[in-house]
Amino acid sequence: MASIIIQSAGMLTTVQDQGRFGYQRYGMPVSGAMDIFSYKLANLLVGNNAPEACLETTITGPEILFTDKGAVAICGADMGPLKNGMPVSMNKTIEIKSGDRLSFTGLKNGCRCYIAFAGGINVPPVMGSRSTYLRAKIGGFGGRALKSGDELPLGESEKRIRILEIPGKLLLTYKSSQTVRICPGPEISRFGLEGIQQLLTSEYIVTDHSDRMGYRLAGNLIKHKSSNADIISAGISAGTIQIPGDGQPVILMADRQTTGGYSRIANVISADLTLVAQMIPGDHIRFMEISIEQAQALYIAREKMIMELLDNAI
Amino acid sequence: MYKDIPCGDSAFILKTGDDISVKTNLAVRKLLFFLENQNFNGVVDFIPSYNELMICYDPAIISYDRLLSNFRSLEADFDKIELPESSVIHVPVLYGGEAGPDLHEVAVFSGLSEEEVIKIHCSESYYVYMLGFTPGFCYLGGMDERIATPRKKTPRLTIPAGAVGIADKQTGIYPIESPGGWQLIGKTPLRLFDPAGKPEFLIRAGDFMKFIPVTEKEYKDILNKVEERVFEITKSKKV
Repeated sequence: MASIIIQSAGMLTTVQDQGRFGYQRYGMPVSGAMDIFSYKLANLLVGNNAPEACLETTITGPEILFTDKGAVAICGADMGPLKNGMPVSMNKTIEIKSGDRLSFTGLKNGCRCYIAFAGGINVPPVMGSRSTYLRAKIGGFGGRALKSGDELPLGESEKRIRILEIPGKLLLTYKSSQTVRICPGPEISRFGLEGIQQLLTSEYIVTDHSDRMGYRLAGNLIKHKSSNADIISAGISAGTIQIPGDGQPVILMADRQTTGGYSRIANVISADLTLVAQMIPGDHIRFMEISIEQAQALYIAREKMIMELLDNAI
Repeated sequence: MYKDIPCGDSAFILKTGDDISVKTNLAVRKLLFFLENQNFNGVVDFIPSYNELMICYDPAIISYDRLLSNFRSLEADFDKIELPESSVIHVPVLYGGEAGPDLHEVAVFSGLSEEEVIKIHCSESYYVYMLGFTPGFCYLGGMDERIATPRKKTPRLTIPAGAVGIADKQTGIYPIESPGGWQLIGKTPLRLFDPAGKPEFLIRAGDFMKFIPVTEKEYKDILNKVEERVFEITKSKKV
């Protein structure tokens, strides 16, 4: 059976798929790839029709040894991928022979890179998903981040390898200063005009306290109308922007807790969450409001584009 | 008719009230029970809480308007729903000692003996309003104020799974190992969350939790059975 051996793991490399749904009512976070768009593209390039598990690497890439022939694809942040020491393309199927090594020179843009393998990573699913949730130590490879020496089994891939490439015009550009679109959240009325103006006109900086659970931003205070900033604990969805009592926004990401007690001022639209997932501490972020209908149209257009790429690939 | 409020492009909430009460929460549970049985295409998850139900959906499969109008057209049937009866789950707890290192502090703060704290803590069954925060964490209904104790000034870095604690007027169980500032008065051998268990979560919103004091020997016996997955949970009817 084909497998990969981790020679060095990089800063934080975990097994992720599209997430663990159906258990949020019990307090189980969804997890899954932070940048779902890049995750889907990488899977598509290696001919995985199903949402197979891949590797999500953060800021520094791993070094991987292949025990068998196959195919791999790298999407998302550019970490300077090398095959046997020679540069290889991102966003394109890479053919692999037994004994090949994949490594990375260093981060050029973005934050997270997705490495998909033909057949997917065949770790046992936990509660319907192979995603790693580090805080509860479940899913992925032993519920933890990868370490050097780990050997991960790959799934069977019956398909003949086809070299595919994502057209450049369909890819997103990761910038250190980004405008992200949002829709109003359920507690928007708890903020005066001043608070809302602040959110929509100020520039916020991504702080060091940003991880798979959430991005903590720093910038101009967003004031609540009343002294009581908190709500009765309630559900949080992907991209929810909370404003705790300190007035500094937090964007909730893949490993977000299912419920929280801070006011939900807005929501990052699904299509732009992929951009947030590619930001690193020190990056700047601005918010722009659009309607839910516009946000859904953007999401549907993105999904349609992926489906068309998939149809062309088959 | 419950108010619907969008939460971004792939979730919305139905709000059943603005308070923490069993009545408001019962409506959330009814909504969940009802909607779940409709099997709406495109709905991917539900998050029930004290006073609202969040419905997560895939807008590429169903639009907000469509989902909402489907729901509204069925809303008339909603009042007829009868929820399955709630169970009282008996949760064995070894109080004090190493299992509950803060029992003494809680007793001193309350001006009671350790035995009295245990007696008060076990005397009622607690309504489970919702789960959240960490996998399997239950938000329980109010505890007797006589044993209410503020959180530790310095939180512990690791609290083991199964630790039973008090934070102000709240009591609860840590379902997974995590840092935390609750006053730890005991420990249960039960697993509130077991990813390999069937079911994975021992307790559901709407259940009641009743703490049953056990001896160290009983604790160990139950723990062995839990580890071998042969322990039978005691459930009773709410009277």
